[in-house]
Amino acid sequence: MSGKLPEAEVIKRESNYLRGTILEGLADRTTGALPEDDTKLTKFHGSYQQDHREVRDERRRQKLEPLYQFMVRLRLPGGVLTTDQWLGLDKIADECADSTLRLTTRQTFQFHGVFKEQMQPFMQKIHALGLDSRGACGDVNRNVISNVNPHQSQLHGEIHELSLAISERLRWRSAAYAEIWLGEECVQKLGEEEEPFYGYKYLPRKFKIALAVPPENDCDVFANDIGLIAIVEDDQIRGFNVVVGGGMGLTYGDPATYPRLATMAGYVAKEQIVDACEAICAIQRDFGDRTNRAHARFKYTIDDYGMDWFQERFEEYQGHAFAKPRSFSLSHNGDRFGWVEGEDGNQHLTLLIPTGRVADTESGLLRTALRKIAEVHNGSFRITCNQNLVIANVLPEKRAAVDAIVEEYKLDAGTRSSPLRQNSMACVALPTCGLAMAEAERFLPEFVTRVERTMAEEGLEPDAINLRITGCPNGCARPYLGEIALTGKAPGKYNLYLGADFSGQRMNRLYRENIDTDTILDELRPLFRAYQQEREAQERFGDFLVRVGIVEQERTPAMLHQPLQ
Amino acid sequence: MTTDLNSSPLSADQQARLAELLDGISEGQLYWLAGFLAGKCSGGTASSTAQTAVSASASTPSAPELTVLFGSQTGNAEELAQQLAARASDKGISAKLVDMAGYKPKQLKNEQYLAVLASTHGEGDPPDNALDLYEFLHGKKAPKLERLRYSVLSLGDSSYEHFCKTGQDFDRKLAALGATALAERVDCDVDYEDLAEGWINRVLETIANEAGASQPAAARSVTAELTPTSAFSRKNPYSAVILTNQLLSGRGSDKEVRHIELSLEDSGLVYKPGDAVGVYPENNPALVNELLNTLGFDGEQRVSADERDVPLREALAFYREITLLTPPLMKQWAELLNDDDLKALVADSTELRAWTEGRDLLDLIQARPIAWLTPQDLVNLLRKLPARLYSISSSQAAVEDEVHITVAAVRYSSYGRDREGVASAWLSDRMNEGDQVRVYIDPNKKFALPDDSKPVIMIGPGTGVAPFRAFLQEREEREAEGENWLFFGDRRFRSDFLYQSEWLKWRRDGLLTRLDVAFSRDQAEKRYVQHCLKENGSEVWAWLQRGASLYVCGDAEKMAPDVHQALLDIASEQGGLNPEQAEDYLRQLNRDKRYQRDVY
Repeated sequence: MSGKLPEAEVIKRESNYLRGTILEGLADRTTGALPEDDTKLTKFHGSYQQDHREVRDERRRQKLEPLYQFMVRLRLPGGVLTTDQWLGLDKIADECADSTLRLTTRQTFQFHGVFKEQMQPFMQKIHALGLDSRGACGDVNRNVISNVNPHQSQLHGEIHELSLAISERLRWRSAAYAEIWLGEECVQKLGEEEEPFYGYKYLPRKFKIALAVPPENDCDVFANDIGLIAIVEDDQIRGFNVVVGGGMGLTYGDPATYPRLATMAGYVAKEQIVDACEAICAIQRDFGDRTNRAHARFKYTIDDYGMDWFQERFEEYQGHAFAKPRSFSLSHNGDRFGWVEGEDGNQHLTLLIPTGRVADTESGLLRTALRKIAEVHNGSFRITCNQNLVIANVLPEKRAAVDAIVEEYKLDAGTRSSPLRQNSMACVALPTCGLAMAEAERFLPEFVTRVERTMAEEGLEPDAINLRITGCPNGCARPYLGEIALTGKAPGKYNLYLGADFSGQRMNRLYRENIDTDTILDELRPLFRAYQQEREAQERFGDFLVRVGIVEQERTPAMLHQPLQ
Repeated sequence: MTTDLNSSPLSADQQARLAELLDGISEGQLYWLAGFLAGKCSGGTASSTAQTAVSASASTPSAPELTVLFGSQTGNAEELAQQLAARASDKGISAKLVDMAGYKPKQLKNEQYLAVLASTHGEGDPPDNALDLYEFLHGKKAPKLERLRYSVLSLGDSSYEHFCKTGQDFDRKLAALGATALAERVDCDVDYEDLAEGWINRVLETIANEAGASQPAAARSVTAELTPTSAFSRKNPYSAVILTNQLLSGRGSDKEVRHIELSLEDSGLVYKPGDAVGVYPENNPALVNELLNTLGFDGEQRVSADERDVPLREALAFYREITLLTPPLMKQWAELLNDDDLKALVADSTELRAWTEGRDLLDLIQARPIAWLTPQDLVNLLRKLPARLYSISSSQAAVEDEVHITVAAVRYSSYGRDREGVASAWLSDRMNEGDQVRVYIDPNKKFALPDDSKPVIMIGPGTGVAPFRAFLQEREEREAEGENWLFFGDRRFRSDFLYQSEWLKWRRDGLLTRLDVAFSRDQAEKRYVQHCLKENGSEVWAWLQRGASLYVCGDAEKMAPDVHQALLDIASEQGGLNPEQAEDYLRQLNRDKRYQRDVY
């Protein structure tokens, strides 16, 4: 390693285990913002400082600072919460945030519009619900995601237990969290003992772990730094095929950055899987590039050093090598909607939540409806990796009551919408995300409508196509795994990517660059026409584009940066 | 500009340099220069100040001696006192100009002629610098003053209940102590010039006649001006173009505060931080229409208003107050109408105030119409539409030929009708960038920055923060080393933090040492600047011990007394002073010009 360390790396190291001057900043009532350095640290605590971008210029003219507010993300391994926790969070949305709950692609909640003076009350309230926000953002292990698997109760129980165990093992430990948010006294500074695993440098960059149960790949297991693919025998999880070095983000114009699918490393028995995750994370902690944040993700460490090197390090850190991977088969990365019965007789209802936004709006009282369900139902909720929601473990005798609410509030509208809409996903983007260059969440509904119309005009039956939109190239909605994907370039302008498969095992490539909606549809129309005329039975759109040679089979980093000629 | 300098007494070289200077000079600059040179001629220097006693140096032993005492909050009384003192010497009178704050009350019994000019504030309160003398005269130590000949000029605003009370009190008390009036007291409303002029003439004539002194005492006829003059003044306002009219209140605010930037280009107008701008507004044309309709008058009918021959509509829109019912108007109305009920109402000031509160001329006309009223009668009955004063929120050192003001739109509803503040609503609703506003500078010597090295504590909630923006702009330009601490308060942090981004920048730059805020509606219990002050009591006290000056600007009715009480509490708690000593402490700060208030 050489060269000057990036600012974020220095701030983290000098933060006294993530304390910085956050407490002093929170006490300053003259500004809604925290000092800039501290905003790097609050990420580790689960929160991003943002501002309402649509009033930024208006407020500048009014000689007011930007309308600063915070996004807070929870740590919720596997996306599972109780009905009481749901009701508590629903209330907090009114008391401390913008009265909406946002389900995310990492199976958790984001709260938006939390003003600075509400931050401590907010954190105390989620703490009272047995929840926290440690490591929901920042250079540490992020929320561990796993398959929601509604029909196999036993497997889901196991996979959820494991996601909790991994999350707990890799949770950062500093007392800063309790001191800053929960009002606990700083008893003593423990130095290195504050973070036995991470140490004062934490990780070079964010780190993501996902657990899949084949044939479902709803968690996009290959898009994670560590992907664990369950190997099930006799309805029992025996162990996992471990894939490493996946990640979505790229930086426009920097071909040294690229999304990457995780590479197969080998098999690990269930009993060793938590240790194995820690060992892999430790390798990244010790070898990841801390001199360049655009090159600090684990995927670059793997590419820089090679898989052989990684296998050696793993053996060294874990004490034994990977076993040979077992065979597996993944069929899709979306959710299946509607009721299913689990093997224990409990019922599960998967609902489509449009772009994950739980809100009461003119078009429907979604938040009210889900609150009512939480009041009548005493099972649990599961957030899916596609920003949807499972009403889980409904006792057979409660199903009618849930159905009545579903009907009253038309909660199954999403389930009855087109397969295209059901397989679409967008990140938050404008107006709060500071990174967004174009709309995503607010643009998706109308864009899907226009794609549906174009498909219909080309004689295509409504068909499931995996469609993803993000406001920037960083990858929150895992755009590079969309059969059709848009990433924002400028207001109203997107890059168009095509050619991923339907199961999260092949990335798309850049097809056209920086085009508006009309042009996007003009580009898609002839492809739809060809697809309608030449597709094979059951052939997916992305696979079709590859088979007929419109998009290549192989991917190189350059393909994500250079539009197809 | 063509100049004929050949006949001047200047040398050829001087002529050339003068011609060069005058070439291309603007009208405004010329006026300034004229004023400046006049000041030079009078023997003053550019740096001489109006605080200097103006005494006729060559006065004979027999010259009558006149002491001119002024008690002034904003400087109007002081300005008139200067005029009086200056013109006294024309009449051979030896005049001494003294600020009441600097006057030794025991001196009173030695005075021969005394002129008292005093303004009234808030609920009939004397201006800060008059407090000591006022209390002395009303206390047990007040001496007999049988020898004294005096006259009082009171300044006030007839829309307030205790109109001109301070001047009246001085008059009554001086008489009670045995002094005799040399000219009857005059109570001036906001349009005071003509009445004040008459009073000055009467006072000087009387003294001159009594003393038999007729020869001019000295060749000294003009006071040295404190600042260069402009062609424009209160009586001759400048038409300033609005450069910016920007709403400051953010979304969700229930207030409407605007930042208005005016161009003073070529006006020659100059101001200092702490000064105010007088703005001549226009009454709401809709209200004027309603008045005309109700009265059945033709708006085009010509009337005479202040020697102007104008259509009635114009007179009501520009020259007459129609939104306030002043006691003099009510009195005249009652007499004209010869209505017993109304006469009874007018006789009881409390009742009268209760009735006029929230009502305007239209209400009066509807409630008590006078059938035989003519358009000219109406114009004669109404007082002149006075200029509205706004504390200046800019420093000329920073903005040069601009002046900035901070205007809160006043809107309310009463007796089933929506009402508005004349000037604030006019500026908010009907004046756009590019429009012109008639303005003049209203200097305020009682609200001025101390030496650059001294710390200042500024307390300015709401639009009261305006002059402190001027203070900081000025101190930034001057690179003043003194520390600066601002206390600001309003309703809501996110929408009502006036000039927030500027304060934050100044704090980052180190100019604003401390910034403390109180927002009353952001939490369950109301929090105001005085709470903020007390929470920082020990630091405030430490600053005061280091020589800090205190400035308070804004609401006179609640905020200023509450802040005053907080300061007393700090003096008690931090300085160990008993209540009386704490009062004395603040009084002394005021005398030392370290506790200055601009409250309204």
